[in-house]
Amino acid sequence: MHAVPSGVLTGVHYLDGDFACGEGAMAAGCRFVAGYPITPSTEVVERIARRFPMMGGVFIQMEDELASMAAIVGASWTGTKSMTVTSGPGFSLMMENIGLAAMMETPCVVVNVQRAGPSTGLPTMVGQGDMMQARWGSHGDYAIIALCPQSPQEAFDLTVDAFNLSEQYRVPVLIMMDECVGHMTEKVVIPTADRIEVVPRTLTAKSPAEYWPYQTNGGMVPEFARAGDGYRFHTTGLTHDERGYPAMSVECQERCVRRLVEKIRSNADRIVRFEEEETDGADVVVVAYGITARVARAGMELARKRGVKVGFFRLVVAWPFPERRIRELAGGVKAFVVPEINCGQMVLEVERSAAGKAAAISLPHAGGGVHEPERIAEALVEAVK
Amino acid sequence: MSTALEGTEVRPDEHPIAPFMRMDRMPHIWCPECGLGTVVKCFAAALEETKVDLDKLAIVSGIGCTGRTAGYMKLDGFHSTHGRAIPFATGLKLGRPELLVTVFSGDGDLVGIGGNHFIHAARRNMDLFVILVNNFIYGMTGGQNAPTTPIEARSSTMPFGNFERAFNLPHLAASCGASYVARWTCLHVRRLSKAFGEGLNRKGFRFVEVIAPCPTLYARLNKLGGGLDLMRFYHDDAEVRNGADTREVGIAYQQKIICGKFVDEEKPTFLEMMHAHYRRILGEKYVPMPPEGGLLRG
Repeated sequence: MHAVPSGVLTGVHYLDGDFACGEGAMAAGCRFVAGYPITPSTEVVERIARRFPMMGGVFIQMEDELASMAAIVGASWTGTKSMTVTSGPGFSLMMENIGLAAMMETPCVVVNVQRAGPSTGLPTMVGQGDMMQARWGSHGDYAIIALCPQSPQEAFDLTVDAFNLSEQYRVPVLIMMDECVGHMTEKVVIPTADRIEVVPRTLTAKSPAEYWPYQTNGGMVPEFARAGDGYRFHTTGLTHDERGYPAMSVECQERCVRRLVEKIRSNADRIVRFEEEETDGADVVVVAYGITARVARAGMELARKRGVKVGFFRLVVAWPFPERRIRELAGGVKAFVVPEINCGQMVLEVERSAAGKAAAISLPHAGGGVHEPERIAEALVEAVK
Repeated sequence: MSTALEGTEVRPDEHPIAPFMRMDRMPHIWCPECGLGTVVKCFAAALEETKVDLDKLAIVSGIGCTGRTAGYMKLDGFHSTHGRAIPFATGLKLGRPELLVTVFSGDGDLVGIGGNHFIHAARRNMDLFVILVNNFIYGMTGGQNAPTTPIEARSSTMPFGNFERAFNLPHLAASCGASYVARWTCLHVRRLSKAFGEGLNRKGFRFVEVIAPCPTLYARLNKLGGGLDLMRFYHDDAEVRNGADTREVGIAYQQKIICGKFVDEEKPTFLEMMHAHYRRILGEKYVPMPPEGGLLRG
């Protein structure tokens, strides 16, 4: 189905990443947002708060991020597409109910405009230190999807995609933006509504008597019923059976949790998305995401001028990680160089996927700024020696 | 089973409140002599009495003994995370405003870990009916101190008696702006059902505190006898004082429990204030969330 025109600000705009993300949410059909102010993400909800009353949306500023995340899970069970927005400290608080959303299989979108941590860190300055938290931050085993926009245009596009993926897989989708992209202003082209594909919330066609909330009939994603349509279903954060009833057994835990993980893992090839350039014949590949991908391009150009055959690999979807493609590339290159604004997080995935066939070289940056392109160039030169 | 009931056994599905319950989940996990069965029975009686549309009634619980209620009632039931029943319910209500959203949870859940959400929902006069079952202790985890445990009462984490002051919950709710505030015990079944009926029919933040016996932990740790002894205590020491000043209804250990309806006022709710405000400021441009929610159809 196409986007509903009331939410789509068609035109060519000059927007920062935060505003573009807000526009993407509205275009995707998001009509409920709960949030708590936190730098550098607040502009996303400020944008939405200003536009929602004209399109049937509700924004509420909750008392904290625990409440914001809980509220969007609740709202999503009414079939209303829902989102919350935060940065590091708030992201930590949201972990509790991100786990609930994963367990209840609730479609929702969480935006983290990353700043440098840990703790309060550098509130106004860039970081990419929440990448592993995005994957593993809530307790127990589950799977999520995480996207990394590199520009305001992508902040718009990927936010639409995030909603679509969350509907398709009934999973929380995280937009792992960073402060630089959030606060960078660039051209953003918003197409007409009929050019924006949105996945609507699909409601079960079964009658209440036939319906079980977690029955998948061998598939991976159960059918959805929303509150207020007479299904009188039950859902819980406890381990549950197909009826949604708590079931405290090893067998039920196995069925319930394995499917939560497998519905993403087994569809990883469909979900994974990356941008790859000149990796054929490359001796070294730079792997990056978000703002760092743009800096890495500059570093790569410098290294190429010095005669190094550099390939470029950008994570658009960070989770699930494109392990199959990295493994393939590892057979043909000497090394991967992974600059990121943390002390080495996604490099661990590169190293795991490369499985010893190529080196994975971390280029850490503790945050507050981006890498010097020269530093990346030097690392690329060094990697092929 | 007592001999008096022999030959008159009632089939589970013939129980008077069976239509409101998930009978396939019986037996429940609550202890013998626990007050929760009574509270649920009174709630079901109120549903029967008020004839609210059960298809539009959602129930949200947090975690704990009372938190299991959402799973036992045959309604759209959400068993959420510890302390977050109120914000979860807030999302349900705002996402589909035609829903009647009830929160059913315990004292530790709603005013311990969830205390911040409780005061803010009351401040907003959010359109929620909140039933808080207060047994003065954390039951599910084994008798730890609660923000409602009276001074001197023992708990497993205050083995020498509690020295922290307890919340006066009706006063907390009233002072934050709740539309409806009442307190009853498990003994006051008719008044409790009536209060539940009022709670279902009023608007804004409606709050009913139910004092309930926990024989397994609170009564045992404090040598207060069994559930029946606590009911006897409610009989002898609960005092009905409708309209009482909520500043004066705090609960001291084994002292008088003031019950009654303390607040019943018509005040603009969160949704009413939001709609009125946007209509005034934005006029025709304002598009409210449809009552059936923001579900996008093709």
